[in-house]
Amino acid sequence: MTQPFLKIEGLKRQFPQAGQPDPDPVFEDVHFGIERGQFVCVLGHSGCGKTTILNILAGLDEATAGHVIMDGREVRGPSLDRGVVFQSHALMPWLSALKNVEFAVRSRHPEWTREQARAHAVKYLEMVHLGHAIDKKPAELSGGMKQRVGIARAFSIEPKMLLLDEPFGALDALTRGSIQSELIGIVEATKQTVFMITHDVDEAILLADRIVLMTNGPRAKIAEIVVNPMPRPRDRETLHQQPEFYPLRNHLVDFLVKRSRAFAPGADWDPKNPPLVYPGAPARAAA
Amino acid sequence: MTRNKPWLAPLLSALFFALFVGVWYLATSTTAAPVAGPAVDPEYAALLGAEAATGGQSAMPGPGEVAAKIWEHVTDPFYDRGTNDKGLGIQIGYSIARVLAGYLLAALVAIPLGFLIGMSPLVYKALDPFIQILKPISPLAWMPLALYTIKDSGISAIFVIFICSLWPMLVNTAFGVASVRREWLNVARTLEVKPIRRAFLVILPAAAPTILTGMRISIGIAWLVIVAAEMLVGGTGIGYFVWNEWNNLSITNIITAILLIGLVGMLLDHLLAWVARAISWRE
Ligand SMILES: Nc1ncnc2c1ncn2[C@@H]1O[C@H](COP(=O)(O)OP(=O)(O)OP(=O)(O)O)[C@@H](O)[C@H]1O
Ligand SMILES: [Mg+2]
Repeated sequence: MTQPFLKIEGLKRQFPQAGQPDPDPVFEDVHFGIERGQFVCVLGHSGCGKTTILNILAGLDEATAGHVIMDGREVRGPSLDRGVVFQSHALMPWLSALKNVEFAVRSRHPEWTREQARAHAVKYLEMVHLGHAIDKKPAELSGGMKQRVGIARAFSIEPKMLLLDEPFGALDALTRGSIQSELIGIVEATKQTVFMITHDVDEAILLADRIVLMTNGPRAKIAEIVVNPMPRPRDRETLHQQPEFYPLRNHLVDFLVKRSRAFAPGADWDPKNPPLVYPGAPARAAA
Repeated sequence: MTRNKPWLAPLLSALFFALFVGVWYLATSTTAAPVAGPAVDPEYAALLGAEAATGGQSAMPGPGEVAAKIWEHVTDPFYDRGTNDKGLGIQIGYSIARVLAGYLLAALVAIPLGFLIGMSPLVYKALDPFIQILKPISPLAWMPLALYTIKDSGISAIFVIFICSLWPMLVNTAFGVASVRREWLNVARTLEVKPIRRAFLVILPAAAPTILTGMRISIGIAWLVIVAAEMLVGGTGIGYFVWNEWNNLSITNIITAILLIGLVGMLLDHLLAWVARAISWRE
């Protein structure tokens, strides 16, 4: 069996708590893999540990047990190989949009001249359609524009993998839709591997090839991994007309509403190999 | 109201000023007695006259005299007729030079040290008791110690300025650095930014507004303290000038100096406020 591009093995995270030598872990026994070029979404209720997993993948946090292997090497600390888009955009308010992206570019390519770095940053800002606002400070940008600068910053370092923490959580539906389309365009063009956290079932269906379902914490687990049967690139306009859409959507909503709370693993459930589920496409599953 | 009448506040200011000068004039003019009318107690009038006579120079000067004195200083600020008779420009120049020397030295120490304290909770905990004890000491209390060890009154004054400017800058820098938002540091970490670059391009700009607040408090305190310090060490400076003019019983000179101290203090504060505005950022 070949190793996936990113492999997560036996991950567990406990946060120290006063007066408790062995506090409940946020999650434990988390195993899954991501293939190169795959778009994986994690769906789970608030507080189940999604951000914690992402931080460990990014190298910003350390697991209590288990490890993450990317491209054959164990993840130890943050790296330019993994671009992160933070839940709260995390732009530096004293820098313009351009300078924010340039800061990342210059970190990636210290040997480049100022002009090279600038041209590269401009290219990525134009990719998220912000060519007209490059000299604005974050305070002068709308929420959606800030999030797009964050995306441009993460893409500009051309990482091996992108980690997105609910990048559109704070946006209205309309803005969210247009930035999702932009993201699809960029990911298709760059064949980027993406790990993304979301609360939004429709967003997961639109973007993800695989949807990792997490049960509620504490001691959250990966209940199953849902395979999105609809081919890429997906179009938000026509998505819901496809026959697989509603079975898939119903399956995910059903999990979030009912099964995530009282997850009762069957006898054959193996945390090391969470079951792959193919809702609405029994024929494809058999193939 | 005030938005569409921008001249209203300055007009009111001018009015207050005129009122103040008017009251001052009435209160100090020696011909004020007849204003009270013929019904005034002759005994009181005699007393008043006697006082004016014996008071001589020390009597409160009126606005006219002070204005004349100010004009005199404005037209000839840099004369030098020996140790005890130098122009106001020279005296204030000494004070400003001392304040800037002590203040800049303090910034040179406080900002890097504050950076260190802010970055390391351990260093912060270790140095905190010293800062707690040293901070509330009146800077003038250091004066005898400074005079004894340094044996130079000019440098001792600079040292006192150094000590009093140190704490607000130190504490604010440490606080500003310690409270740089985690997410910006995380951005720097994911971009593998080297420590020096992170210090100058992330932490310093993030903490700059807080640091500047400390610098602004410091310059204010330094300017307050320099007058007292120069009264103690003597020789030169605006503080010494005020003290010397008190000995000369020249109230007009003292009032002129007081106005000048206020003016320079305001300018120093505005200068730092301007810098603070230039480096501040909005979220
Ligand atoms: N630094 C920390 N110290 C202690 N507990 C923490 C810390 N960070 C997270 N937790 C706990 O870990 C759990 C998971 O947090 P996490 O932020 O990963 O949730 P999440 O799934 O991302 O939630 P949301 O969808 O609301 O963002 C929470 O119960 C939280 O209280
Ligand atoms: Mg989260």
